[in-house]
Amino acid sequence: IENSNTYFAFSYKTHQTCNPIPTFTLTPLLLLRVRHQQISRVLQKAVEGSSRNIKERTCFLKESLNFFGLSELLGKKMGSFETDLNLEATELRLGLPGREESDKSSNGTRNCNKRPLSESEPRPDGDDEGPKAASAPKAQIVGWPPIRSYRKNNLQPKKAEAEAASGIYVKVSMDGAPYLRKIDLKVYDAYPELLKALENMFRFTAGEYSEREGYKGSEFAPAYEDKDGDLMLVGDVPWEMFITSCKKLRIMKGSEARGLGYGV
Amino acid sequence: MSEDDEPGRPQPPDPGSKKTRNCAAVHPSPHPDRVLEIVLEHVLQFLTARRDRNAASLVCKSWYRTEALTRSHVFIGNCYSVSPSRVTARFPRVRSVAIKGRPRFADFNLMPLNWGAHFGPWVATMGKAYPWLERVYLKRMSLTDRDLCLLGDSFVGFKELELVCCDGFGTGGLAAIASKCSQLRVLDLSDTEVMNDGVDWISCFPEGETCLESLIFDYVECPINFEALESLVARSPALKKLRLNREVSLGQLYRLMVRAPQLTHLGTGAFGPSEAQGASDQEYDYASAFSACKSLVCLSGFREIVPEYLPAIYPVCANLVSLNLSHANINVEQLKPIICQCRKLQVLWVLDSVCDEGLKAVAAACPDLRELRVFPFDPQEDAEGPVSEVGLQAISEGCPKLESILYFCQRMTNAAVIAMSKNCPDLVVFRLCIMGRHQPDYVTREPMDEGFGAIVMNCKKLTRLATSGLMTDRAFAYIGKYGKLVRTLSVAFAGDSDTGLKYVLEGCHNLQKLEIRDSPFGDAALLSGLHHYYNMRFLWMSSCHLSRQGCREVARALPRLVVELLSYEGNEKMDDGAVDVLYMYRSLDGPRNDTSESVTIL
Repeated sequence: IENSNTYFAFSYKTHQTCNPIPTFTLTPLLLLRVRHQQISRVLQKAVEGSSRNIKERTCFLKESLNFFGLSELLGKKMGSFETDLNLEATELRLGLPGREESDKSSNGTRNCNKRPLSESEPRPDGDDEGPKAASAPKAQIVGWPPIRSYRKNNLQPKKAEAEAASGIYVKVSMDGAPYLRKIDLKVYDAYPELLKALENMFRFTAGEYSEREGYKGSEFAPAYEDKDGDLMLVGDVPWEMFITSCKKLRIMKGSEARGLGYGV
Repeated sequence: MSEDDEPGRPQPPDPGSKKTRNCAAVHPSPHPDRVLEIVLEHVLQFLTARRDRNAASLVCKSWYRTEALTRSHVFIGNCYSVSPSRVTARFPRVRSVAIKGRPRFADFNLMPLNWGAHFGPWVATMGKAYPWLERVYLKRMSLTDRDLCLLGDSFVGFKELELVCCDGFGTGGLAAIASKCSQLRVLDLSDTEVMNDGVDWISCFPEGETCLESLIFDYVECPINFEALESLVARSPALKKLRLNREVSLGQLYRLMVRAPQLTHLGTGAFGPSEAQGASDQEYDYASAFSACKSLVCLSGFREIVPEYLPAIYPVCANLVSLNLSHANINVEQLKPIICQCRKLQVLWVLDSVCDEGLKAVAAACPDLRELRVFPFDPQEDAEGPVSEVGLQAISEGCPKLESILYFCQRMTNAAVIAMSKNCPDLVVFRLCIMGRHQPDYVTREPMDEGFGAIVMNCKKLTRLATSGLMTDRAFAYIGKYGKLVRTLSVAFAGDSDTGLKYVLEGCHNLQKLEIRDSPFGDAALLSGLHHYYNMRFLWMSSCHLSRQGCREVARALPRLVVELLSYEGNEKMDDGAVDVLYMYRSLDGPRNDTSESVTIL
């Protein structure tokens, strides 16, 4: 695990969250580039996100730590979440990429009638076939739940809408530079473009990124401060997660830069 | 419909004409029958409830006539059940009209656009027949700016306009009302969509003191001219109800409140500092503004809330009868200090972000609660559910006077629903929405039949029921057997077979409004209700197992029923295939002629 560069695909049988969680997006097929030293960091963020879906995330956390043989980390990182663990309620299965989940849910279109399951007897096997039985993302059923549209829209603060329209601007500082810059993260599609833009803006070269060693071959290391205030190395998390969680960019220099990426 | 009356004539009918008895005798005036009518006129003026008036009008022709002359408020439950001219012909002296248009499921995008329910024909006809009209209440109707202009021009003494869940017009139409209706007391735009045409309608109110008592525009998504609003509030000494939209900032609210301490109903705008004003925003003493409003009994709004500002409302909590926090994403710790002070609260709307713990706090603090609505912060099927059967149980134990509940949750148990049915015998409205479709009892995995059965059995005053979760035909058997007073029933994703619907149609004698979606009821079930459809306001069935053939049979059997088949886009060609939506209602004036392409009338 420590040496591999492989992408691991996880698929699991719980219901999937439709809402992106602030720091950790769960999708039925989740691709994780994991890095031995960063596992606890990244997975801890999954746990420390919003209080919603905590059961799901703690189970995922436990399972994945088990999978990686890092269950000793559980004790240190789970803390109070131990009591919330209820593995039976959320069956997780870890599998290799490409495994298809059987789709038990009815199609969520207007023409949908009942589910193919027989309704009149209770499920005998006791595991939660309830809201979590549909493994594939449930298609949006029109008009269900019966909430008027203004109630759905109004829960978004106006600022979020403005942001969506106008881009995600973050400040960029570089150690030693007299003033800061601002860039719009929405303009870029992926890390290489962003890094190139930063390199141009600040006249430096970032070096080569590897998940094991960070940015090698340069005395600079692009880092960012996320929603929790933690300093993270740019490139570790998926791009979508990065642009939603990045609050500030900082191009670190010198010995501090080299130190990042090792240890917790 | 009596042919005796001459349409439009306000005087009482000629006593010598067309009487059914004793027409030959000539008496000194006043004629005894005429005396009777005069007495009746005076007496009937005290009869306001429309059911009583309807009953009185059936006694005999004389009573029918007199009742028609003295009816000043007309309620039309389905705008297509009768034509405007028929209404104005029968009731010549109307001052107030209430008209309802689309069925409720239209709110959830289940109805094709441009289906109908236009106010135009009504305002055109009433404009000529009712020059003294003072009040119009519309629900789920479509109006244009032109309709509003015509309204302002036609009715000189117009006083109250209430538009609930309406659409089709813009700020231009509002400007017309504001400028033309100098006697306007009430402008209520609850839940109504107003298009932003850029017209500054607030500035269109006349100069000088206004008669405004109620100004409600909380869901109008247009920016408003605040200076004009402030001036309007300042020159409206009778203003009691003010509900602002979210464009109004907290600082602006302060300025309005100090000008209107006599308010009884207040809907705040944004409840937090606005970014536009930023650091330059004066930090007002909001609590003092609230404490100056000594008559405040109803509080709502709290959009874009910054919870730190909530303590400003403490001074009014003790007197609050109604509190609407359903736009405020607050947790239990933020709710508790408020709710503990609201001892007199009767109506509470909250978001499920307060969790079961928050509901327990409500149950402990509000023994007088009559109406509770718990809305989901995350209205999706698979979201985490912060409220559950625990909250429902707590409420049932703490609030025995509960009359109306709307509860969205992700999981529920029969036990909790049964407990509520026993603890809250005064329930009139029970609407439970378990958001996951076909969800059984969370603990026992059984269907929710017993829970809903207990509600209809134990809550003897129940008139409105909305069901959810896994339900078999058994649940409908209960509803049919015990739900004798039920007038409105909403069913979604429930039942096993035609038998379920048959139970309801055969058992619920008072059923007026039945709305069903995505349930396995077919033609046989539909045909079992033929004896009852004339008594109903409407029947809605969407995505069920109906066929065109079955609907045609109903149309044939009941000629006064308008049987509409609505189709969604892409499904236009349905020769004898499944029916998307069946919407049917009785009508005295036959099928309407303003249908769009997606509507077929059989």
